[in-house]
Amino acid sequence: MFDRLTERLDAALKKMTGRGKIREADVDEAMREVRRALLEADVHFKVARSFIAAVRERAVGKEVLSSVTPAQQVVKIVHDELTELLGRETEGLAKASDGPTVIMVIGLQGSGKTTSAAKLALRLKKAGGTPLLAAADVKRPAAVEQLRTLGEQIDVPVHFESAKSKPEHIARNALDKARKDKHSAVIVDTAGRIQLDEELMEEVRRMGKLTKPDEVLFVADAMTGQEAVNVAAEFHERVPLTGLILTKMDGDARGGAALSIRAVTGVPVKFLAQGEKVEPLEVFHPDRLASRILGMGDVVTLVEQAQEVIDEETAQRLEEKIRQASFDLNDFLEQFNQIKKMGSLSSMMGMVPGMGKLAKNPEVREALTDKNIGRTEAIILSMTPAERARPELIDGSRRRRIAAGSGTEPSDVNQLLNQFKQMQKVMKMLSSGRMPNVPGMGGMFG
Amino acid sequence: MLNRLKNRFRGKSVEEGTEKSRRGFGSRIAAVFTRSSIGDDDWEELEDLLITGDVGPEFALDIVTRLRQQVKDEGIKTPDAMLAAMQTLLIEALDAGSGELAGGHGPTIVLVVGVNGSGKTTSIAKLAHSLKRAGLTSLLAAADTFRAGAIDQLKIWGDRLDQRVVAHQPGADPAAVVFDALGAATAAGVDYLIIDTAGRLQTNRNLMAELEKVVRVLNRADAGAPHEVLLVLDGLTGQNALSQARLFGEAVGVTGIILAKLDSSSKGGVVFPITEELAVPIKFVGTGESIDDLAVFDPTEFVEALLRRDE
Repeated sequence: MFDRLTERLDAALKKMTGRGKIREADVDEAMREVRRALLEADVHFKVARSFIAAVRERAVGKEVLSSVTPAQQVVKIVHDELTELLGRETEGLAKASDGPTVIMVIGLQGSGKTTSAAKLALRLKKAGGTPLLAAADVKRPAAVEQLRTLGEQIDVPVHFESAKSKPEHIARNALDKARKDKHSAVIVDTAGRIQLDEELMEEVRRMGKLTKPDEVLFVADAMTGQEAVNVAAEFHERVPLTGLILTKMDGDARGGAALSIRAVTGVPVKFLAQGEKVEPLEVFHPDRLASRILGMGDVVTLVEQAQEVIDEETAQRLEEKIRQASFDLNDFLEQFNQIKKMGSLSSMMGMVPGMGKLAKNPEVREALTDKNIGRTEAIILSMTPAERARPELIDGSRRRRIAAGSGTEPSDVNQLLNQFKQMQKVMKMLSSGRMPNVPGMGGMFG
Repeated sequence: MLNRLKNRFRGKSVEEGTEKSRRGFGSRIAAVFTRSSIGDDDWEELEDLLITGDVGPEFALDIVTRLRQQVKDEGIKTPDAMLAAMQTLLIEALDAGSGELAGGHGPTIVLVVGVNGSGKTTSIAKLAHSLKRAGLTSLLAAADTFRAGAIDQLKIWGDRLDQRVVAHQPGADPAAVVFDALGAATAAGVDYLIIDTAGRLQTNRNLMAELEKVVRVLNRADAGAPHEVLLVLDGLTGQNALSQARLFGEAVGVTGIILAKLDSSSKGGVVFPITEELAVPIKFVGTGESIDDLAVFDPTEFVEALLRRDE
């Protein structure tokens, strides 16, 4: 499912020439693909619709940068717009001006409230705070035990009462205790509830009235579908929400629900929760979620890095060489250096559409370790410039010399030469068709 | 078995359960068909409406394309006939073989799996309760040894339902719990052994491997076991449910789905692409918060309830 958007956009924008402006007709086709990506990510269809209208306006007439394909350019615009919508800056937690900060954690059943409450407590504790947890979920069997166990694990006290106590009283008593014992914050874990349950929604409203929370955090499951918007909106109506915690982000959920909720209620995403182990809640990065919602590798970062690092002139010269199929090991070495400036190869591969999966392959990982990269470089450096320009010169004795000079075996030299031959073949094919998206990338992994 | 269970279920029917959730869904779909002429925009609107039911963009497009073709080919004119045609297409999409719960193995072993918070433990309680009402005995295995409070949660249910629960300490090897529970279930001669497992995201390799190990343990003891592997899906889940069904299926061979939490505003439309792609039958639907609220899934009933117009 991942990486498909850029591929599809590539296909949709094939008709476009490599250079020039983005035209309206191109954008129509592209926006259909963006819409599909958003819907597959569970973005609400109305949110997807208005988003696309906004992007279209921005994309039409845009110059296509020379170092990227039109598809990548469109993705960048879509991505920027999405990031903007998700909130450009990370918002922190509000603090009470006096006394303990009251944080209420609410949401549907199974969204991850209890685990998130503990994670939040740990986060506050690590930041030097002295939080108190309050077990106000007396509905789900063993929910209180769960919070107490988690509290023990992270060494944060838990206020709890019998299952007969009313949740709003538990919350208020916890607040009293927090004031008395000078806790920096009190985090109230509440029972999961459906927004359609009048009685329970009334209860949460009462809890809000009684404790006057500084933060009301809505816990949203990253896997939620189209209904996320209605759920959040109804909660928001009862108790004004101040932030979202997006949970279960360690899976492959694309998390479009967060965008829908943000777009409809205006409530910012504040934290991400990954995994069931009690580790601190993570700060939310809008740009990363945007990539995830779009189902693409982080091509944006790659494009930006490519723009920064690869100077136009070198890139063009390399392209020309590839076109003429005169790319030799000297050029290979030069490319190596260009790419090295962009960071580690395996992390880069994760950013390239279609490469994400490959980068996780253990053999590929091994091949891309700094050690192996260094070896390849050493072998090439041990060749004479003439050998680099004409690898066919390398015979048995030259091979032994190169191996000795680079501290490798002649078989390693052979392997590299064979790989290079393969690469040249691929380049010949490419030169008859489209150019690789980023200079060198096709070659590197060809 | 199916009928026997069905008759004993006294809970809310799927219809009643989804009543709240429809909230005009059926009416809005029906309204599209009543327009004097139905053009591209109307078909697109129908597609969007289906998408709000979480059926996914691909399935929505596919169904609308097929319906359009059928309307054209067969010269369907009346709104009611169009609605009926769509209903038939939707029901067909849910045809994935028998929805019957396996039975008659002494004991029939039911492994319940799913992501965190999907409603496994509650669904197990409901299942044990309905089996009990059908005159069948169960033993519950607390193989979720990971989540704090999970064992207690199942034990509380066991007490309430008067069903025995086999449990180890928190952090114990789930496979060991299952092994013991199997011995106890066989010795006690119960009809069903229902195994609660820890919630896990389908992408977590280690935890999926742990689940595979549980299956191996069962398999060694009884070549046919587990007789059922039920995947519990949260009815509110969107397109990720497909990935859940795929990956749990690959790891442990899901034989049926419990669609939980259909009592909220969820429509559970993701079951359409799931059954179409994977041919895994939906077996039960959790329709409410009461212990009685588990219904045997019936495709026709489900689709009719989904499309029913508001009064």
